[in-house]
Amino acid sequence: MDFNLTEERMMLRDTLRRFLADKYAHENRRSLIASGEPYDTGIYAGLAELGVLGGMFREDQGGFGGEGFDLMVVFEELGRAGVIEPVLPAVLAGGLIAASGKGRQRGLADEIIAGTHLAALAQGEAGSRYDLNHVETTAAAEGDAIVLNGIKTHVLYGAEAQTLVVSAREAGAVADAAGISLFLVPVNTPGVTVSGHRNMDGIPSATVALEGVRLAETARLGAAGGGLEALEAAVARGLAAICAEALGAMEAAKDLTISYLKERKQFGMPIGKFQALQHRMADMLIEVEQARSVVINLASNLDQPRALRESHASAAKNLVGRAGALVAEECIQMHGGIGMTDEYALSHFARRLTMIDHLFGDTDYHLERFIALKAG
Amino acid sequence: MDLNYTREEQAFRTEVRQWLKETLPHELREKVRLGKRLAKADMELWHSLLNARGWLAPNWPRAYGGCEWNAVQRHIFEEEACLAHAPRSLPFGLTMLAPVLLAFGTEDQRQRFLPRILNGQDWWCQGYSEPGAGSDLAAVKTRAVRDGGHYVVNGQKTWTTLGQHANWIFCLVRTDPDAKKQEGISFLLIDMDTPGVTVRPIVLIDGEPEVNEVFFDNVRVPAENLVGEENKGWTYAKYLLTHERTNIAGVGFSTALLTTLKHVAGRVNSGGRPLAENPHFAARMAQAEIDLMAMATTNLRVVSAAAKGQAPGAESSMLKVKGTVIRQELTSLLRRAMGPDALPFQPDFLDGGSNAAALGPDHAAAAAPSYFNMRKLSIFGGSNEVQRTIITKAILGL
Ligand SMILES: Cc1cc2nc3c(=O)[nH]c(=O)nc-3n(C[C@H](O)[C@H](O)[C@H](O)COP(=O)(O)OP(=O)(O)OC[C@H]3O[C@@H](n4cnc5c(N)ncnc54)[C@H](O)[C@@H]3O)c2cc1C
Ligand SMILES: Cc1cc2nc3c(=O)[nH]c(=O)nc-3n(C[C@H](O)[C@H](O)[C@H](O)COP(=O)(O)OP(=O)(O)OC[C@H]3O[C@@H](n4cnc5c(N)ncnc54)[C@H](O)[C@@H]3O)c2cc1C
Repeated sequence: MDFNLTEERMMLRDTLRRFLADKYAHENRRSLIASGEPYDTGIYAGLAELGVLGGMFREDQGGFGGEGFDLMVVFEELGRAGVIEPVLPAVLAGGLIAASGKGRQRGLADEIIAGTHLAALAQGEAGSRYDLNHVETTAAAEGDAIVLNGIKTHVLYGAEAQTLVVSAREAGAVADAAGISLFLVPVNTPGVTVSGHRNMDGIPSATVALEGVRLAETARLGAAGGGLEALEAAVARGLAAICAEALGAMEAAKDLTISYLKERKQFGMPIGKFQALQHRMADMLIEVEQARSVVINLASNLDQPRALRESHASAAKNLVGRAGALVAEECIQMHGGIGMTDEYALSHFARRLTMIDHLFGDTDYHLERFIALKAG
Repeated sequence: MDLNYTREEQAFRTEVRQWLKETLPHELREKVRLGKRLAKADMELWHSLLNARGWLAPNWPRAYGGCEWNAVQRHIFEEEACLAHAPRSLPFGLTMLAPVLLAFGTEDQRQRFLPRILNGQDWWCQGYSEPGAGSDLAAVKTRAVRDGGHYVVNGQKTWTTLGQHANWIFCLVRTDPDAKKQEGISFLLIDMDTPGVTVRPIVLIDGEPEVNEVFFDNVRVPAENLVGEENKGWTYAKYLLTHERTNIAGVGFSTALLTTLKHVAGRVNSGGRPLAENPHFAARMAQAEIDLMAMATTNLRVVSAAAKGQAPGAESSMLKVKGTVIRQELTSLLRRAMGPDALPFQPDFLDGGSNAAALGPDHAAAAAPSYFNMRKLSIFGGSNEVQRTIITKAILGL
């Protein structure tokens, strides 16, 4: 066993950390969000240049990483800085295109790696909650064409993307595992309506209406009716990414709180001298280290067979969800009033940590799923 | 012991329920039900409706226009009002300042200020905390220097809730900088329209400017606005804090939240069945309900034990800690119940200014913002850490 990062990953981590420390101060992030711009295209180009996007893909996919630890290293740094630029879509939609794409579809992956094309995953629906298999959107053959109808919700970066990777049902009942296909849908296809909004944590998202969207057969990504398997594998990678991001946010929130406990004086002494707070910081540290371990477990099992991979994915999301809630709530509490202000970075980490729990299954969802996976 | 409501108490409940049904405007009720943000006019309207019925000041003496309700009546009213999705009454004048004026103010001050609280002419805010004086409240530095018939006030208050709407602020000010810190504080009433008062909003984690910084730059305050004796303000300040805590358990709010939570969990789909049937979620909801059932009784036990018109003592710290933890857990469960629909930030909808339909089902838009906002419960009014220290010293004798 070896718990050290490879030299390449250490280098990527260090350059990324420096880049973000330099360009992504909390004040810049706040004014970016206040400006109404979905994200900073200059920063995004800079991230692509640093190889952050390429690091999400294997060499045979045109990248130079793509393993669990590449995801972990990058997303922990993104989480530490509170980055809202669209790196996650490269893992989700980009990952699906790279893994299942054929012929010309593969070309998209190169553009995604270069940061010149944004593809977003349109998977959720009003009734699906966290179930990837709950797909009411239909894909019906009409002559040579395939016609999509349905509404996709909570499409991260949907209003900024040029292409959507849409899950739609070609056969079976609403919650069947079989019969789901994935389609590449350019957003300018007639019948596609995208309405954007911003999430609590500053990240842009969208609702996508698909009304009689006519696609060619070549728009199908991967095998007809076999989309769920690919989707689940991509989401497992997405879970590794957001769990690592949460870990970075926890580290940042914890660091802010440690400094604050040393600086803030009440009753003539730093509040960090009060044992009531010290022990809670100690508990927090233990939970954050546990979170790091569970993310390491997932990162090293991402390419394992489904049962193993998925039980690690659910274990990670459950533990990270619990630790994230603890860190968000305790850090705010130990700061007092200042921890609740929009002006101060902590409240932004707390929002991101909390909202990560609402992405791709929360603590409760993954607890149940873990039980089911272990029983199966 | 008898936990049953008497015939009179039941009749009172019916009367309150009926009145709410007839009086609470639908639009206001919907705003509260969906967790929308209330405008100043909404809160003023609610006060005026209560005042017209004579129910605005539950714990004031009748002689000053109050109801003199006992603990059980207050509990019934609070529960009915919350379940009917009525707004909360603003505590600053009613349950903070008024008890202090009744106990320590002059008759002139009572006659001057209490009616204006009832008829809505004055909106009070609480000027206790400062940047350097949070939990260590006695460290307040805002200076008041006597100059003939006035005090000249310089300094800064912060976290002033709804100070943007207020025209009066009650302040803890330092009148003797040389005395031991608790012994040099006075309790001063300041008209916020006086030159030299500046209010700057602070936006909180839920995106709302609920609190403010209030700056005082050579503000001249008539000496008759001093409450009680100079340098005795700490005694009045603590008296106010125990009164502030009488309703701190928030049983009514939690009861209404639980109702909403059950409603939502019964409708949201989780893997092909309602979330309320998910054993894990159901267990957490049930635990919160059990805690709340017990808290309703703990609250009544503590509040009833206090002498008539008086606030409970250190026991109110128990209500603060456990009551706020229960309420926070319920907002956390409601947020979780919304699933991905808790993600979008919808200020336009929450402000109620636009007719934009909310994304997601009812209660989705407010679920995350109110979860974040409710973190304040364990911070203000004496943080839960401070309350535990009070319990440790005053009850446990450690
Ligand atoms: C099963 C078992 C095996 C043990 N094995 C060994 C062994 O192999 N070798 C050995 O040398 N000792 C051993 N011990 C003894 C152990 O180290 C002591 O019990 C321990 O140090 C606590 O001391 P105490 O029992 O005197 O309790 P105290 O020190 O009197 O503590 C009583 C309580 O007060 C708390 N407390 C004390 N000080 C503080 C503080 N500053 N802040 C907050 N809380 C505080 C403690 O956590 C505890 O809850 C063992 C004890 C047990 C129970
Ligand atoms: C939303 C909101 C509204 C508010 N409204 C008002 C208002 O209208 N008027 C007003 O005057 N004030 C108001 N406050 C201020 C509130 O009373 C203070 O925030 C509170 O007293 C805590 O002070 P602080 O924020 O300075 O935190 P600090 O006192 O700095 O505390 C930071 C942390 O240290 C802990 N701590 C401090 N001392 C100890 C100790 N001895 N032992 C253990 N732990 C300790 C605290 O519990 C907290 O966790 C409001 C606050 C908020 C968040």
